[in-house]
Amino acid sequence: MQKSLHIDPSKCTGCLQCEMACSYENYGVFNISKSRIKVFNFEHEGRKVPYTCTQCAEAWCLNACPVDAIRIDAATGAKIVHEDVCVGCKVCTIACPFGTINYVADSGKVQKCDLCGGDPACVTACPTAAITYVDADWTGLEKMRQWAGKTNTQPRASA
Amino acid sequence: MGWARKILRVDLSKGTCKSEPLNMEWAQQYLGQRGLATKYFVEEVDPKVDPLSPANKMIMATGPLTGTMASTGGRYSVITKGALTGAIACSNSGGYIGAELKMAGWDMIIFEGKSPKPVYLWIQDDVAELRDAAHLWGKTTWDTEEIIKSTHHDPQVRVCSIGRAGENGVLYACIVNDLHRAAGRSGVGTVMGSKNLKAVAVRGTVGVSGIRDFKAFMTATTAAKKVLADNAVTGQGLPTYGTQVLMNVINEMGALPTRNAKEVQFEGARKISAEAMHEKRLSDGKANLVTNAACFGCTIACGRISQVDKNHWSVVNSPKYWGATGGLEYEAAWSLGAADGVDDLDALTVANMICNEDGFDPITFGATVGAVMELYTMGVLTKEQIGIEAPFGSAQALLEIAHMTAEGRGFGKEMGLGSARLTAKYGHPELSMSVKGQEFPAYDPRGIQGMGLTYATSNRGACHLRSYTVASEVLGIPVKTDPLVTEGKAGLVMAFQDATAAFDSSGTCIFTTFAWSLVDLAPQIDAACEGGEAGWSVERLAELGARIWNMERLFNNAAGFTAKDDDLPARLKTEPAQTGPAKGLVSGIDKMVPEYYKLRGWDTAGVPDKETLARLGL
Repeated sequence: MQKSLHIDPSKCTGCLQCEMACSYENYGVFNISKSRIKVFNFEHEGRKVPYTCTQCAEAWCLNACPVDAIRIDAATGAKIVHEDVCVGCKVCTIACPFGTINYVADSGKVQKCDLCGGDPACVTACPTAAITYVDADWTGLEKMRQWAGKTNTQPRASA
Repeated sequence: MGWARKILRVDLSKGTCKSEPLNMEWAQQYLGQRGLATKYFVEEVDPKVDPLSPANKMIMATGPLTGTMASTGGRYSVITKGALTGAIACSNSGGYIGAELKMAGWDMIIFEGKSPKPVYLWIQDDVAELRDAAHLWGKTTWDTEEIIKSTHHDPQVRVCSIGRAGENGVLYACIVNDLHRAAGRSGVGTVMGSKNLKAVAVRGTVGVSGIRDFKAFMTATTAAKKVLADNAVTGQGLPTYGTQVLMNVINEMGALPTRNAKEVQFEGARKISAEAMHEKRLSDGKANLVTNAACFGCTIACGRISQVDKNHWSVVNSPKYWGATGGLEYEAAWSLGAADGVDDLDALTVANMICNEDGFDPITFGATVGAVMELYTMGVLTKEQIGIEAPFGSAQALLEIAHMTAEGRGFGKEMGLGSARLTAKYGHPELSMSVKGQEFPAYDPRGIQGMGLTYATSNRGACHLRSYTVASEVLGIPVKTDPLVTEGKAGLVMAFQDATAAFDSSGTCIFTTFAWSLVDLAPQIDAACEGGEAGWSVERLAELGARIWNMERLFNNAAGFTAKDDDLPARLKTEPAQTGPAKGLVSGIDKMVPEYYKLRGWDTAGVPDKETLARLGL
């Protein structure tokens, strides 16, 4: 079963534990500027929204890469940047419609979410389950369950 | 290591920024943030210094857990000699800028001297420089943050700044960061303004890498987060209701100081409570509370994000107050509400916004309004002097006075004095509900006796955050004590003071202590920080807390404070509570103080004796 990251912004408090977990997983430091997931604060609407790569089935970053540095991890379905191949041309950053693949000046390569090999650190770190890792075919399951719970609240008719 | 091991010294008079190594010997004795910065401060500053003179210094300091995955690890503190109090000041704030400073590679910033013109400090990792702030002077904290982000073409910059209150010498000005978090009390923003320092803007991309044992640290912080999640207060009460969960509880206990502490219960408490913030307004069908929010790294998320009715009379012509922004927490709801007899939730929310926007402490401000309303009721102050009729309960007066204070206009200049100076000026110093010049907050010492001792002995003037015995006397944490008696409170206050000083020096938030004790904190610090052979034990942290407390006390004693300053306003000792469970009671402060001195190892004049100082290495 393939899984995917699922984000519920209404549960996000803006604590940035996910950003720290991401940087620690990938770089061994607490450094939110190196995080591949970012939490956006829409201050005047009172909304915080975590955002990262959704691992497009037809990945435009992968298709755009001139050196085939972005490949699919068969186990997780993640589109993974192979740093030893990446030439830092940034064409993928233009091709991605969502901005979730970015250049890293320190390394001269691009970086994006790789699902941590199937155990995403951001999911583990999130204290409110705003970020979960669920069956890719059923990302709507929890929302369906919540709505389903509202459909049979009438008293049952007696036989 | 936890520490970045580097501090930034900014000489505002000369316009220089220099890096120097952190004194690691002191770090072993004082840990970080409150403790370590106060150590630097008392070593470098004459206790007799005028707080608003260039000779006063101001330190912004992080702790070893700031900028890490420890829950609530985003705090920073501002240490200086307080403009309002003349005592040691240490004001703690969350939001994001503390972590950003640490991630830029700095443990603390020491500001000294006075800039000849308005400047702001720009920090990008190891680059630090003073920039001209002529275009920012006169701006609110909200506008200042926006302009700085725009100037640097970087929305990820974090900013703390003073508003017009700090520029105009309001003696209880705050330093506001991330729009609605603040180093709030004692006038630390006034000191910043006196130095012509408008703001500090930080972008940090170095990160925090010097953790002693990352694996142990992740284990310790994960376990501690679970303790917070499983606790009823930190796991459910605070995220759902915020600190406002206390409004109805404290009112029912008869410990809600009302109308300048003339009474101990407020008939309008329900209307300004957490429950009311959740309810849909009749006017527009929306609730005051939009959502809760967390500071950096916090897994509690007690912050309130609120939105008022656009058609509320106070904002109908002011669109800038229509959006969601920081809402009322308990102290502000009390000071702007019960202390003034005002029960209009949206009006209080707007008054709180104005405090954030122009940077002044809502506790001291609201309490001062309460004193002004009493003076007005007595006929000592008139409509002509104030500029508006100001009886208790007038939301119109509250908001007009808030605007005047923010803008430094008319009676707002008098308001900027705070209640101690203002009431003295008009011949009624007994009407100031303050200790060491600072107003006490939302717990009446007649109904919660331990808080009286907390206020009287707090090193930064009356304050609930130095020993929050409400935890024990109201919530039963760690054990329930009777709020109406004085017995045992001296020891309780002392234990809370010492533990709190350790927490305040770590980079974590005091609100964790509803669930955590030093037993939960010690392993996190020990995994993050080198601690020699002894490591960082509970006992070591408790002793460190006592060391910090006595160091602050020595500074205040040298600044001229004496035992007579460890006292409460006469009203709390002579006018008994008229209603509620504490009916007939006054504060038993005179019984508690001598016992407290004895337990502290201080003489009857409140001076630490030689054995105490030797034991603590002072």
